Amino acid sequence: MTRVVHVVDYGIGNLYSVARAIEAAGGEARLTTRPAEIASADRILLPGVGAFEPCMQTLAKSGLSEPVLEFARTGRPFLGICVGMQLLFDHSLEFGRHAGLGLISGHVAPIPARDAAGERKVPHIGWSPLLQPEGRSSWEGTPLQGARPGETAAYFVHSYNCIPDDPSRRLAEVDYAGYRVCAAVMQDNITAFQCHPEKSGPAGLAILARFLQT
Amino acid sequence: MKNARLIARLDVKGPNLIKGIHLEGLRVIGDPQAYARRYYEQGADELIYIDIVASLYGRNSLGDIVARAARDVFVPLTVGGGLRSIDDVRDMLRNGADKVAINTAAIRRPELITEVAQRFGSQCMVLGIEAKRTGDGRWEAFTDNGRESTGVDVVEWCQRGYELGAGEILLTSVDQEGTRKGFDLALIEAVSRAVPIPLIASGGMGSTGHMVEAFGHGADAVAMADILHYDRAGLPAIRAAAVDAGLRVRRDVGEVS
Repeated sequence: MTRVVHVVDYGIGNLYSVARAIEAAGGEARLTTRPAEIASADRILLPGVGAFEPCMQTLAKSGLSEPVLEFARTGRPFLGICVGMQLLFDHSLEFGRHAGLGLISGHVAPIPARDAAGERKVPHIGWSPLLQPEGRSSWEGTPLQGARPGETAAYFVHSYNCIPDDPSRRLAEVDYAGYRVCAAVMQDNITAFQCHPEKSGPAGLAILARFLQT
Repeated sequence: MKNARLIARLDVKGPNLIKGIHLEGLRVIGDPQAYARRYYEQGADELIYIDIVASLYGRNSLGDIVARAARDVFVPLTVGGGLRSIDDVRDMLRNGADKVAINTAAIRRPELITEVAQRFGSQCMVLGIEAKRTGDGRWEAFTDNGRESTGVDVVEWCQRGYELGAGEILLTSVDQEGTRKGFDLALIEAVSRAVPIPLIASGGMGSTGHMVEAFGHGADAVAMADILHYDRAGLPAIRAAAVDAGLRVRRDVGEVS
């Protein structure tokens, strides 16, 4: 049976690529704008691109904030990508201070620009190898199962990154010129990526395929 | 050490992938989709599509080509050529593009950079520059695929573009483009010192040594066309050369199934 992912379509960004990537990973993507469909979904994906506040505002205006929050409480698999990851936190410091969905304790902060050698440009754009954060020795049972720490790379494009209050929520990190960017978080049924699995070639499709299996 | 990206650049005219020298004297290479798939399978980090006659004719014909690519290619796609408004950008993003490169329209109306950045995010707004050397350490920005002079200084324009919200710069040297004689290293260095956003160097790569030089002079990514289209070097060999040179490129590109 094909596994279905409902992609929350609140009018932000290019959902075609993410839908195609889910298909290429062996699933079926259904874009949805309807609370009832979100409530009855087996698994959902919350995308997001651009700035935090317009995403949060648009999600709220489309009437989908509450359905997304309720879905997260069902315990069914929930995947956030990019700003769709950032929205899960308490607040973001992008262009002021703005409240998020508050599903994961913590906040979203800028990547410190330019290290001493001038090599940390912001935005962080490009492929970075995924690393296991301190205290985590395995990705078994997560969408990163099968990925090789320090080898498997994913595509990033962002200027802000998530800082979970509980460091054990950090599922993956990357070393960006000496700064540890939070690349993925996991909390119960929620997994979220700062990088773009749908733009990360075969490695990204493998992440989506694992999510489909959860 | 910063990350280094290897990008395949596909210049398109009508339905064809083409290649010229100094952006002129165009030769038909083949079906863009066949090349896009090959470069994806060989591990290109991104693809850039430029409709090279779009500004001239006032419309971009890449929509279908990009939509087809987005079905099978799961790396970032940047699209440029003749995009003049928020609506043009939105349509291209709907076709599956992740970023847009804007040159001519931004020179004519710089506020477009801010509009695109505010609406779709800076990460989406790539400032396209076609640079011609004018003298000692100076370059002039050209439009309409290297045809029209603007009198605008490249380095100053890059700074202004960054201030207006551009998230990345695609810097094409018209002098070097298609010559296989290497990148304009002084140009790369001048721009990378002037702006803190990522810089994609384009034009002139004839060997893997040229790539290493470009990164050494401040490029964050190189865009390759001639060397790939004519199969003078393949992406796996280019990537291996980058690793040998100590560049931080993606090492494990995986297998496309």
